Amino acid sequence: MTVIEGASAKDVRRLNRVVIRIAGDSGDGMQLTGDRFTQDSAIHGNDVSTLPDFPAEIRAPAGTLPGVSAFQLHFADHDILTPGDAPDVLVAMNPAALKVNLPAVPRGGTVIVNTDEFTDRALKKVGYDKNPLEDGSLDGYRVHKVALTSQTVRALEGHPLSRKEAERAKNMYALGLLSWLYHRPVEQTLGFLEQKFAKNPAIVAANRAAFQAGFNFGETTEEFEVSYEVAPAALPAGRYRNISGNRALAYGLISGSQRSGLPLFLGSYPITPASDILHELARHKAFGVRTFQAEDEIAAVGAAIGASYGGALGVTTTSGPGVALKSEAIGLAVSLELPLVICDIQRGGPSTGLPTKTEQADLLQAMFGRNGESPVPIVAPRSPADCFDAAMEAVRIALTYRTPVFLLSDGYLANGSEPWRIPEVEELPDLREAARFAAVEDFPDDKVFLPYQRDPETLARPWAVPGTAGLEHRIGGLEKADVTGEISYDPENHDHMVRTRAAKVAGIAKSIAPLEADDPDGSARLLVLGWGSTYGPVQAACRLVRERGGAVAHAHLRHLNPFPPNLGELLARYDRVLIPEMNLGQLALLVRARYLVDAVGYNKVRGLPFTSTELASEIETRL
Amino acid sequence: MLDVTVSAGAPSAKDFKSDQEVRWCPGCGDYAVLAAVQSFLPSLNLDREKIVFVSGIGCSSRFPYYLNTYGMHSIHGRAPAIATGLAAARPDLSVWVVTGDGDALSIGGNHLIHALRRNVNLKILLFNNRIYGLTKGQYSPTSEPGKVTKSTPYGSLDAPFNPVSLALGAEATFVARTIDSDRKHLTSVLTAAAQHPGTALVEIYQNCNIFNDNAFEHLKAPGERDRHLLRLEPDAPLVYGEHKVVWDGERRGLGVTDLTDPRPAVTHDVAAEDPAYAFALARLQDPATLSPTPIGVFRSVRRPVYDDLMTDQLSAAGHGSKEPDLGALLAGSDTWTVGGGS
Repeated sequence: MTVIEGASAKDVRRLNRVVIRIAGDSGDGMQLTGDRFTQDSAIHGNDVSTLPDFPAEIRAPAGTLPGVSAFQLHFADHDILTPGDAPDVLVAMNPAALKVNLPAVPRGGTVIVNTDEFTDRALKKVGYDKNPLEDGSLDGYRVHKVALTSQTVRALEGHPLSRKEAERAKNMYALGLLSWLYHRPVEQTLGFLEQKFAKNPAIVAANRAAFQAGFNFGETTEEFEVSYEVAPAALPAGRYRNISGNRALAYGLISGSQRSGLPLFLGSYPITPASDILHELARHKAFGVRTFQAEDEIAAVGAAIGASYGGALGVTTTSGPGVALKSEAIGLAVSLELPLVICDIQRGGPSTGLPTKTEQADLLQAMFGRNGESPVPIVAPRSPADCFDAAMEAVRIALTYRTPVFLLSDGYLANGSEPWRIPEVEELPDLREAARFAAVEDFPDDKVFLPYQRDPETLARPWAVPGTAGLEHRIGGLEKADVTGEISYDPENHDHMVRTRAAKVAGIAKSIAPLEADDPDGSARLLVLGWGSTYGPVQAACRLVRERGGAVAHAHLRHLNPFPPNLGELLARYDRVLIPEMNLGQLALLVRARYLVDAVGYNKVRGLPFTSTELASEIETRL
Repeated sequence: MLDVTVSAGAPSAKDFKSDQEVRWCPGCGDYAVLAAVQSFLPSLNLDREKIVFVSGIGCSSRFPYYLNTYGMHSIHGRAPAIATGLAAARPDLSVWVVTGDGDALSIGGNHLIHALRRNVNLKILLFNNRIYGLTKGQYSPTSEPGKVTKSTPYGSLDAPFNPVSLALGAEATFVARTIDSDRKHLTSVLTAAAQHPGTALVEIYQNCNIFNDNAFEHLKAPGERDRHLLRLEPDAPLVYGEHKVVWDGERRGLGVTDLTDPRPAVTHDVAAEDPAYAFALARLQDPATLSPTPIGVFRSVRRPVYDDLMTDQLSAAGHGSKEPDLGALLAGSDTWTVGGGS
């Protein structure tokens, strides 16, 4: 126990890590509060990982179980990989939030409740016969009862606000309290409120006052005897920011555009959880980004293909149901052999499914969901910040090979956030050569332009954009004759073209670095193979297993199609292969078919990421 | 608006013919339209490489293959969407869409109406033969009620679309109709469409001599056509054969009456701001008999063009005038530094 001088007269305890979950009504501002607390923790220098969890309804009926919105944050003085399996601290803004989230809190955990909302009516609404704050059901937890609502209203007396408006600031009161409890910096939050509500000075003043009052309450109340310090983490040197997956993905696309010299054109139709990419890109017109909110998913991808044909970096962003609608147009892009990036931010399916929950079940859709032999490369990010690099890689492949590319993110990555070491612009891949347009000089011996004459190395075809004199040509979705691109129904030609398109995509493997397994002492007999957002939980689980004496290797795929060139050889090095996926075994199906490896799956589709503890147990049963 | 660049040496129709063998059925109305377009394109005074034809699927959608410009034969119904992306990304191009009644009004209806309301700089040529040709003779969304086809042996139950009134309802700024066999009229309408800034929709009645032969014969036969064709000329009275179009107070719209009626013929106003007039004009036509059939430009009004507006927004944000700072974007405002020198 250490006392920090000047911070508070109370005791200060040092912790290595904390998992905190803030839960309330979907209109209570829980996501904003969580975001802000994350930002402050990141600025403080902690490693952070977050898991927002909110309903699909914008404002579900107040105080009901389906209306609960939660935000989980894991912050630590060392590098962490997941938002944490279980919260150490739960902040419950009402009975519904307590009822939904208490089962996740281990006994001994801390629960901070807003007592004002525990009225008979509110309790009855969620099926509590008795008040859980009084009936002993919270025995075994460290409970802090705070009248958050009424204290906020009292703190805002004298502000020109209605009672209802004053009540709305209770999330800032709670944030102030948490900021005191965990020694978070306060200046940034005060500045943030200034910016966020700049148009309404009265609201700025009220939120600042509520935040300050919450902070002061922590300092003076006897309810909290100690506060906690989580020291900054020793991350690799560099300049950092906190970033969400969707924003990182948008920045990756802008960087791909800037580094290739091609204007970015986004065709998109709003869909959860992908819309934030559209929102983000729409802000960056100074970078020449054109965003087109189309009439439907089909028009969105169609416009991106049209823009690509015109020499732009064509991109479309969507989720699984949107991919279903875009399938025919993606097939057209395969046939036209034009660059196109299709970002699928996966969510629970089938059909409308679970719009705000995460899943990895679109892999086979991306792989095979088109008519005919229609190969499309697939890349997947492994963490929120990694969405940046994955997006740039998707752009590289699309441009170099003149092909549509799937970027498979998911809801967990999209909304989750983590610290990101900000790259220097000069260290980003230079994509100018990949984006080179065809010129008349490229065809000195031919009187006519040959739109399907391929680069011998990449098998990519020339990209001749309208406006280039001498390269006028016609292309389409009908099968084309090799080299000339004229319509051809010739059997041999079709067979040749189908194989050539497949070979082009397979050949991308030559440009992919070999996959390396994380196998610290080289003694593991079990390989855990993952892809996408399971990286954090799988890696954390492997660390747990190793701490407990087990030997396990972990490899994580960035490229799902084609696979890295050494994947078969890597798999053969291990006796057993375990593939955890948030689907019923889609990667396992591909790996088993391709390499004849008896890989086994660990599969769950609960709309939530795996916990590292459950994966560790699973790994240990297979060691 | 067209970005006019004068070519070295006056181009001719021949310059716009591609080396591909034309493969429509002998006698198809598409040949006449192709020939008219090939002769018309030189009058645009545009370099060939600045012109792009985008089509969907159907007989008419083979059109781009036969023009020596840039071209894309895309997928069923989606040409307006693809062309929208192209036009928005490349406002320097002259982008044309070739589509048919099935392509534009059935499978692609959504894209058509949204292109029209946005007023993207596209010229849409809708070949209407009132039948599905490429799939061998099913009724289309413009077929007359009761049409007997392979898929409707007891007669079609569908009420047809009137493409002109549909386009007007979709906020179109330019709508016209013409006929495949009337080269002069077709060319004049294409010229007006090309000069229009924004989306122009041109419905072209086109004969399918295999599956719906003579669908427009009464609008073409010299002895008969004047009884049905209402030729729309700017600021000219609406008169055809023994008839004229008058303001009908009772119907609160336009009505047809014979020339002896004392009421004055309505004077055609292509620039009428309110689309109700053009709509009333379009609705004079009986969907079963196509009589009377107004041809010419129904409506031509100015409204800001989508791709211009998009370019303006980019310019206002500083695109093109100052170098954007990618490093500053990636860093954002809330950063912290770890280590340093280590």
